Amino acid sequence: MIVSNTENVPGKTIIEFYGVVTGSTVRAKHIGRDIMAGFKNIVGGELTGYTELLMEARQEAMTRMLNQAQSIGANAVVNIRFTTSSVAQGAAELFAYGTAVKVD
Amino acid sequence: MPSEALVQLLLPLLLLVATYFTGNAIERRHFAKLRARENASRRFLTVNFPYVPPDAEVAATDLVTGSVVISVDYFKRFLAGLRMLFGGRVKSYEPLLDRARREALMRMKENAFRRGFHAVTNVRLETARIGSSSGNNQGTAAIEILAYGTALKLARRPLTRFASRTNTIINATRPQTHSFSFRNHPHLGSFEGPPTTKLTSLALRSG
Repeated sequence: MIVSNTENVPGKTIIEFYGVVTGSTVRAKHIGRDIMAGFKNIVGGELTGYTELLMEARQEAMTRMLNQAQSIGANAVVNIRFTTSSVAQGAAELFAYGTAVKVD
Repeated sequence: MPSEALVQLLLPLLLLVATYFTGNAIERRHFAKLRARENASRRFLTVNFPYVPPDAEVAATDLVTGSVVISVDYFKRFLAGLRMLFGGRVKSYEPLLDRARREALMRMKENAFRRGFHAVTNVRLETARIGSSSGNNQGTAAIEILAYGTALKLARRPLTRFASRTNTIINATRPQTHSFSFRNHPHLGSFEGPPTTKLTSLALRSG
C-alpha cells in the first residue's frame, strides 16, 4: 500500500478513484504515564510517554484507514491529512483521512 | 498552625526558584542541539508544497512523520499566568512552541533520512493541545506538534535547478541546484544524496 500526503503519487499515475477513506481512534492516558507526565509538567520539557502514546495511536488510525482502502480494492491512499481533537477530559481522538486510489 | 502556612508558601516559592534554573538550562540545551542538527540538514530538500524535481526519477515514496509532546515548566507557567492578567505577548510560551515545531520537523527529516529517502515534499504541521487530566482546565498541560510529509527516494540526482517556479528572486541572485545531503549530523553523520546523473543521459536529455 502506497501512502502519500501529496495529491498524487510522485512518479506514478492514478488510474482509478475510490473516494475518501477514514480511520480514527480515541485514546485515554495511562495512569502510570500520567504520573510521570505530571512530574515532567513541573520541570518542563518533552513528555516522552505521551509522544510514544500519540504516535502509536496515530499508527492505529492509519492502519484502520489503510484496511478500509484495501477492502475496496485500492492500492494507494493519497492526500492524507491528520487531525487531533480532545473529546473528553484526558482523552484525545486521532483521525486520519485520505483518498483511496489505484495507481499503475 | 504557622508552620503549615509556611510550608504552603515556601513550597511554591522553592519550585519557582528551582524551575527557573532547570527550565532555562533545559531550554538552552535543547536549542543548542537543535541548531547543530538543523545545520546538518540544511541541504536536505524539504518543501511544504507538492514539489517533485521535474526531471527526477522517483524510485519510492512513503509518508514520514515526526512528533513531539512538550510542556512548559512551573516558572514559565507562573509568568504566563501573570501575563494573562494584563494581556499581551506571552513571551515565556513562545520558545516552547518554537522548539517543539523545530524538533518535530527535525524528527521527520531524520526519519526520512534514516530510511534512505532523499527529500520530503508537501510538509504539513499540526498542533494539538493535550488537556490536563486534573479536571480543572487551568494551565496548558502540554502541546503536541506533528510534522508529516511525503518522502522521496530518487534514482539519481536531477539536473534542473530548484526554485524555478516559486523563488525567482533567489534564483536570479544565486542559482541553486537540488541538494539532498546531511552534513556532520551529531548522530547520523554525513550523506551525499542520490548518485549524480551520468553524462550519457545528460546528452540524451539536452537533445
